[in-house]
Amino acid sequence: MSKNFFEKAVDWGRRKSPWIIHFNAGACNGCDIEVVDALTPRFDVERLGLLQQGTPRHADVLVCTGAVTLQTRDRLKQIYEQMPEPKFVLAVGSCACTGGIFDGCYCVSGGIDSVIPVDAYIPGCAARPEAIIDAVVKLLTALEQSQKAAD
Amino acid sequence: MSDNSKRITIPIGPQHPALKEPGCFTITLEGEKVVNAVVGVGYNHRGLEKACESRTYIQDLYIIERVCGICSHTHSTAFCQGVEELVGVEISPRAKFIRVIMAELERLHSHLLWLGVAAHEIGFDTLFMYSWRDRELVLDMLAMLGGNRVNYGINTLGGVRRDITPEMKELIHKTLNIVEEQNKYYIDLALHETTLAARLSGIGKLSHEDAIKYGAVGPVARASMVKDDIRVSEPYAAYDQIPVKVVTDDHCDVFGRAVVRVLEIMESISMIRFALDNMPDGDLAVKFPRKVPAGEVFSRTEAPRGEDTHYIRGNGTDKPDRVRVRAASEANWHGMQHMLEGDYLADVPIIIAAIDPCYSCTDRAFIVKDLDHGDQRVWDWQSLKRYSVDWYKKRGFDASKIKLAERRI
Repeated sequence: MSKNFFEKAVDWGRRKSPWIIHFNAGACNGCDIEVVDALTPRFDVERLGLLQQGTPRHADVLVCTGAVTLQTRDRLKQIYEQMPEPKFVLAVGSCACTGGIFDGCYCVSGGIDSVIPVDAYIPGCAARPEAIIDAVVKLLTALEQSQKAAD
Repeated sequence: MSDNSKRITIPIGPQHPALKEPGCFTITLEGEKVVNAVVGVGYNHRGLEKACESRTYIQDLYIIERVCGICSHTHSTAFCQGVEELVGVEISPRAKFIRVIMAELERLHSHLLWLGVAAHEIGFDTLFMYSWRDRELVLDMLAMLGGNRVNYGINTLGGVRRDITPEMKELIHKTLNIVEEQNKYYIDLALHETTLAARLSGIGKLSHEDAIKYGAVGPVARASMVKDDIRVSEPYAAYDQIPVKVVTDDHCDVFGRAVVRVLEIMESISMIRFALDNMPDGDLAVKFPRKVPAGEVFSRTEAPRGEDTHYIRGNGTDKPDRVRVRAASEANWHGMQHMLEGDYLADVPIIIAAIDPCYSCTDRAFIVKDLDHGDQRVWDWQSLKRYSVDWYKKRGFDASKIKLAERRI
């Protein structure tokens, strides 16, 4: 069954204006300032429709940095559960992808995917803003294709 | 109605829109006024001091740089100069100058970053975008010198890894001119813009005596007229050959901290220029032994946020026995409760942002000695139970005195 007009409009909105929420699960700040950098004038990821939000209930994309520490593990789960469907997770930086140099530390449970499912991995220490923008574009392209396939 | 019933307790965090890092603040309010504030940190504790013990010194350098992504160079400098002192190696004068240039560029980027974040907290997003745009120029210079935008990795044990060529020098001079021009605008804004002054003045008060009492460091202390700067009081690297002017301010509030930071940007720019022009020739790095002799060392550097100290204990092998990092933010948290008390809830974000908090710097593990109960580092279940029973007994709840009615079976 093909989508009606309203559903198509929702799909379009989701593609053109994904709202993000940024969570630091135990990063060194390096990837966090690069995420904020991507939002500021030189890189300006807002031109792709991205808008940073304060609460997980308004967000479509969870941008996560850092290896997950035992202290933030439950919080990360809670934030993920509070986000409305469909939701996407970006793991920014080497630590977020695999745990990086903190993998194996007594207080670290591993990469983001040790707690919640991840849609896109952005490696780099720290991940450059260009890489973050690239991942966002790939995520949106994949979303468009899956919407078309469902139609 | 008792006093307590008028009070409201608001938990903020650990995920909150104001700051990028997780921290939890429990703020008790009476009306709009903050009467009590409890700072909860520790969400970023990754156990990196322990990780350092199981790796070699040169591998530790990689971890130490990632204590904090904003002041990574100052951490690696503190660690390197500590280990160099343990071994007894003197690095070349050129390496010392390159370390200073990197450290001052890092201060530029950190203060511009702070200016943006602080402006964002008070709803002045235009300044946020302006200062972060100019910060990109500084990051370009850092990337050119170190090869990476955030964790530069220029320090190595026994010196530095990359040289500054004459072309780089020229480019840095050119870029610094632009940054200086922009910063003059920010200084004018910080000192003369009445809206900004009215918003920042009189909040987050920390008097001169309190700054000393709570052990504040860096721009927070200097804004309370504490003339404390490791670059002057205990010059490391090449700071003994470069004129350093300590910027202080007598406002003792958030406004003072902003003024100190924007003026420090100017000082850093002139220091980088001086260092570039007076850089001696020489090798970049000297040969460094793999094994470090037994002994302990305490190394201090001036991070953008204040004094950063590293304690390293060697045991004659290629791995350290103990590494302890105390970053600047950790010292500044102690005065936070005092700064927040008596201010309005609406001022909480900017007061917290004014110390330029860095949680990843702060979150080390502590063992607090409880002098009343002896030095018990590990509590077993029995002693914890005993403590809990005693604690409640003092507050009038004694379970052993509860008399139950006799029951016949």
